[in-house]
Amino acid sequence: MQVNEYKPLIVAFCCNWCSYAGADLAGNNRLNYPADVKIIRVPCSCRVNPMFILRAFQRGADGVIICGCHPGDCHYTSGNYYTRRRMALLFSMLDYLGIERERTRLEWVSAAEGAKFAATMNDFAEKVAALGENKRLEDLRCKK
Amino acid sequence: MHKDNTKLTEEIIRASGVNPKKCMKCGKCSATCPAYDEMEYHPHQFVYMVESGDIEPLMNSKSLYMCLSCFACIDRCPRGVEPAKLVEAVRLSVIRQQGKNHMTADDVPAKLSEDLPQQAIVSAFRKYTK
Amino acid sequence: MQRIGVFVCWCGSNIAGTVDVHAVAEALKNEPGVVFSTDYQYMCSQAGQDIIKNAVKEHNLTGIVVCSCSPRMHEATFRKTAAAAGLNPYMVEIANIREQCSWVHKNMQTGTEKAIILGKAAVAKVNLNTPLTPGESPVTKRALVIGGGIAGIQTALDIADAGFPVDIVEAKPTIGGKMAQLDKTFPTLDCAACILTPKMVDVAQNENIRIFSYSEVQEIKGFVGNFDVTIKKKARFVKEEICTGCGACVEKCPMKKIPNEFNLGMDNRRAIYIPFAQAVPKVATIDPNACNMLKNGKCGVCSKVCTAGAIDYTQKDEIISEKYGAVVVATGFNPISMDKFDEFAYNQSKDVITSLEFERLTNAAGPTAGKLLRPSDLEHPHTIVFVQCVGSRCAACAEKGKEYCSKICCMYTAKHAMLVRDKYPDTEVYVFYIDVRTPGKNFDEFYRRAVEEYGVKYIKGMVGKVTPEGNKLKVQASDLIANKQLHIDADLVVLAAAIEPDKSARSLATMLTASMDTNDFFTEAHPKLRPVESPTAGVFLSGACQGPKDIPETVSQASAAASKVIGLLCKDKLTGNPCIASANELMCNGCSTCANVCPYGAITYEDKEFMMPDRTKALRRVAQVNPAVCQGCGACTVACMSGAMDLRGFMGSQIIAEVDAICK
Repeated sequence: MQVNEYKPLIVAFCCNWCSYAGADLAGNNRLNYPADVKIIRVPCSCRVNPMFILRAFQRGADGVIICGCHPGDCHYTSGNYYTRRRMALLFSMLDYLGIERERTRLEWVSAAEGAKFAATMNDFAEKVAALGENKRLEDLRCKK
Repeated sequence: MHKDNTKLTEEIIRASGVNPKKCMKCGKCSATCPAYDEMEYHPHQFVYMVESGDIEPLMNSKSLYMCLSCFACIDRCPRGVEPAKLVEAVRLSVIRQQGKNHMTADDVPAKLSEDLPQQAIVSAFRKYTK
Repeated sequence: MQRIGVFVCWCGSNIAGTVDVHAVAEALKNEPGVVFSTDYQYMCSQAGQDIIKNAVKEHNLTGIVVCSCSPRMHEATFRKTAAAAGLNPYMVEIANIREQCSWVHKNMQTGTEKAIILGKAAVAKVNLNTPLTPGESPVTKRALVIGGGIAGIQTALDIADAGFPVDIVEAKPTIGGKMAQLDKTFPTLDCAACILTPKMVDVAQNENIRIFSYSEVQEIKGFVGNFDVTIKKKARFVKEEICTGCGACVEKCPMKKIPNEFNLGMDNRRAIYIPFAQAVPKVATIDPNACNMLKNGKCGVCSKVCTAGAIDYTQKDEIISEKYGAVVVATGFNPISMDKFDEFAYNQSKDVITSLEFERLTNAAGPTAGKLLRPSDLEHPHTIVFVQCVGSRCAACAEKGKEYCSKICCMYTAKHAMLVRDKYPDTEVYVFYIDVRTPGKNFDEFYRRAVEEYGVKYIKGMVGKVTPEGNKLKVQASDLIANKQLHIDADLVVLAAAIEPDKSARSLATMLTASMDTNDFFTEAHPKLRPVESPTAGVFLSGACQGPKDIPETVSQASAAASKVIGLLCKDKLTGNPCIASANELMCNGCSTCANVCPYGAITYEDKEFMMPDRTKALRRVAQVNPAVCQGCGACTVACMSGAMDLRGFMGSQIIAEVDAICK
């Protein structure tokens, strides 16, 4: 692997109603963000099982970002509150495990915030890239 | 513009434990205050002046010593602002700045009068002494 | 193993401009399960859809991946295409390579690489897709309205007009609610009874509406379209069908000193009573706590004078069970208790009254026949002090007041003040206010008229203390603009008490699994876009049970709720979203965690018999998801500690497959 061509691998979980629509809006407005970000659609941010995030880090993701509706705006009324609590715990545990805090993020992006989505992804990708490749949680069994 | 009193304001807010920003300016404290007419600055003004950092006039005002500490304003404030605690905090900071007691035990006999409840003097003695 | 077809769309140059679509189609050909892969200019066009349909037939496809625009755009289109080709529509997945790829990346190479990865993720997901069929449930074409105030009346009338049967359950002996107690209504000063009572009569005469007055809801089970409700019709000891409402019994009843609730205890009624002249149903009710006959069997006057023979001292509570398709909550509000506000001397003086009591005092059908007289000595008051925000906007102490603004007080106080000055120009009227809040059509003009034309003295400040002294009330207040403390000798003090949801709302919310806020107001499904629906499907909100409201707002919300109910009842069957949660019963340990996080109350528990490994049978408590209620958010799937809950269409294994495909 060539070090100077390092590109981070970022997984973004976006809730269907706000953040995924926000990502679409960023597309409609042609707001660029790094291609390193790959979006997975979930119905609600509360569908994101911590297992998914651990799995991503095991499989070599360099950063994981979860995007949901703003507090109080959740399509399912309270899902993002669960996410907020759950991720606070998970991120601090990951921090403890040696995955830097900058590699995980929870962000509220509404369907109208295409610009915020792009800006968030730019910023997140930049921060993750600055940290370099994530080596901590790679599952040795998966390494070929 | 009054002079920058940020530090003093913070100190008073810290000592009193009162958040003047909670005030919605209804004036119930001043409506309730039994010593209203004795005061130059009334309870609601007190809160506002601390909020805006206009502390100096308060420190120089006799109003500080007119407050009976009856706590009616605290009891009735719908927002839980507790103006009387602010008054007390300002009073304390004056005493601390002066570095001396505002009232000594010797002053007590002279202040005794029939119109004044003894309890008021006792509580004043307690409050105006370092 | 699935047989997957991949269809890459160019979207003209929208995708093909930044993504090498041939390369994407080529790369995805080698993915597991993919048997066919192609690209085309416009997949969503008729020709494009035909390519998909033909490929399904030709290659015997079981799953489809379309690499195109956002699924929010064309997922439905391609699902229809799949269905037309005889495939289950939920075997289609979209890889979003336009909005989230070609449009946001400029470089052909990175764009193509990302498109391939997104395609691989979609293929990985489809590999685990299973055919889904939406559940169907029948709809009982009958609505229940709980509460017979103006909100419930309007909702019931609108639903009934659309041809659906409606039942109103009202706790009081008559419908009408708070509006029936009001004198005039702002800002037009229509008499409340003149506009309300015709509506009450409409309700009584409407063939589609049944009124269960003097009744309460005891139990609600079921879900949208299929609620089973038990209603307790309390014994009123008068046969409702026979009583003509003539009032002869009321006149002759010897128990004369019962405080009259309708006039807020300011005068008395009899033990047998009709709340007010225009009551609906106009039927007498016996108060069992006051009636001598019911208490100790001595009296029976009413039964003697009743020529219709409607009195029945042996009547028992009646339990009614009925099925409903929709439930409308219209439980309304009450003024808060003034007991905690010692400073206003409400409990010390009869001349300190609440605004609702003031309404009764000025009402022609009220205890003073509409003459404004002090309750203590029935003298005409010359100085009246109105105090606003009593208990509203009170954040200091939860037991005392409410943190919210009660919304209606500014306007009704302006109305009261104006009416007093209009009828009795010799009266001095003071209104103490914190802010005057008058958003609403013609509202501010109304308030200004009270000040400018009627000479009401509005004072920015609060009343701190009211002390009864002789026949006067000494009011101590602040005038913040004059920076003065005022001392007013008042004859009457009127407190604009905060309003709170009716006490019955809390238990009702539990029965309905409808959510409430910290103030016990019902929560709406969306604060801006779904304001009359509860998050619980099939439950609708009407009037002040959702938040403080004036009459025009209540009526518009009531009609809005009715239109939502009609929309629901019009359907013969409800088709659910098949992407819902379901529990693996073998793994479920019945811990209730999922039921606790479910915002819709979709999860219940059932004891089921299981064959154990040692071939013995055992009963185990397992979670059951109601497909008609579940909205598919997935909160339960993550909360489930044993991993028994999964969300169809977004299964854990599917998402992990996507993660793996992306991270490969």
